[in-house]
Amino acid sequence: MERKTPLFGEHERSGGKIVPFGGYLLPVQYSTGVIAEHMAVRTKAGLFDVSHMAELMMEGPDAAANIQRLCTTDISSMTDGQVKYAMMCNEKGGIVDDLVICRMRPDKYMLVVNAGNHAKDAAWVESHLTGDLMYSDISESMAQIALQGPNADIILKKLCDGKYIPVKYYHFVENGVMDIGSRKIGVLISQTGYTGEHGYELYCRPEDAVDLWRALLAAGAGEGLIPCGLGARDTLRLEASMPLYGHEMNDDISPLEAGLPCRLDGKDFIGRQAIIDRGRPAIKRVGLKITGRGIAREHCLVYNSAGEEIGWVSSGTHCPYLGYAAAMAYVPSAGYEPGTEVAVDVRGRKVEAVIVPLPFYRIIR
Amino acid sequence: MNIPEGLKYSKTHEWVKMLDAASCLVGITDFAQSELGDLVFINLPQTGDEAVMGETFCDVESVKAVSDVISPVTGTVSEVNEELLDSPQKLNEDAYGAWIAKIENITGTEELMDASAYEAFLQTEEA
Repeated sequence: MERKTPLFGEHERSGGKIVPFGGYLLPVQYSTGVIAEHMAVRTKAGLFDVSHMAELMMEGPDAAANIQRLCTTDISSMTDGQVKYAMMCNEKGGIVDDLVICRMRPDKYMLVVNAGNHAKDAAWVESHLTGDLMYSDISESMAQIALQGPNADIILKKLCDGKYIPVKYYHFVENGVMDIGSRKIGVLISQTGYTGEHGYELYCRPEDAVDLWRALLAAGAGEGLIPCGLGARDTLRLEASMPLYGHEMNDDISPLEAGLPCRLDGKDFIGRQAIIDRGRPAIKRVGLKITGRGIAREHCLVYNSAGEEIGWVSSGTHCPYLGYAAAMAYVPSAGYEPGTEVAVDVRGRKVEAVIVPLPFYRIIR
Repeated sequence: MNIPEGLKYSKTHEWVKMLDAASCLVGITDFAQSELGDLVFINLPQTGDEAVMGETFCDVESVKAVSDVISPVTGTVSEVNEELLDSPQKLNEDAYGAWIAKIENITGTEELMDASAYEAFLQTEEA
């Protein structure tokens, strides 16, 4: 039985095409369509309901130590208001989930994990907690809205004093106040996102989500802001080469294979030794630009110029902004440098592609 | 929902325009394009291909998925609309103008509906 976010009624009212995702009912697109929604984010602004994401709080003298043990990244030099991207690994060195870690204080952190892995992650974290800390799953008391695109600042500043808006990427401001006219709403604003574009993720109480959503759409109406669904979220993150759990990462793939940041010679974390024991990764994640006629998608097999099967596609689609079909794939880590020509089997037809460096798309921050 | 008179419609949302007794144009309906979303690619059939009624003869791709187009008639593909290769979005913008293929030497036709029957059918099928 899928769940609804606080904004479900808004999506239905605006003609959102509702699909199940990560245990929730969410719009894959609105009547504007995936392409228009994607382009809005790249050229003006887009608004996403990301309330399905899960938030786990860890607070207390041993909170930091627990996070150090659970997560790949070293949080010891984080500052208050900083965000870091990380993974949690299992004892085989595979990836349990990717997440962001928000540090409120040296002894207080919020972990934001994928909706689809909510139960798995909560169970994993809970089973590994030790020492003096309070852990709580606060997902039910958090809604989240992402405002992404070049016009994000103009829009946000109509509702919110600049002091509540984080100036730096991967930083957040807690206890922000947004004035939506009829009343004021408490928010946490994080300069993060899953689109590769400048923008923010706004966390608020579920009971404020509808008003915040409507206020943002009203404030952004003159700036080209439109609501965007999961379809555009996927094409945007793929253009930016951001990994998606279940595609580029799973319980078997290690951070090194996925090409995700993971230092093995620093602090210890669950799975570190297993990753070391795997040795040099046999496979690596690469970008493919499809040069032939067709769209490579997840699970398509990849062949080298000698016709040998060498790997598989983890994600792929037509990229609206780039104007070509792109994919991320796993191939042998030796060789297969950018420029190498390969072919992808797309429903029985071999379609030419070339390995290109990642990311396909990046902005200057 | 646009459903022009003068065309025939299949249960799988293709339209047929009979040119004469043994040849026709085939495309996808306005309902189909609206369900599929933004179309970004079409795998056209080849001229000379045998189209068999009730069977897939080409496919179209939206951003998220691939969908089969079922041939409403049995015959030979004599022409394909190459314009759609570079501009697949015409299938969304002008579903009845964006013909996919011309089929000749028609030897069989599925049960097809006229405009009002298709409209009624859409009412039942629409969830």
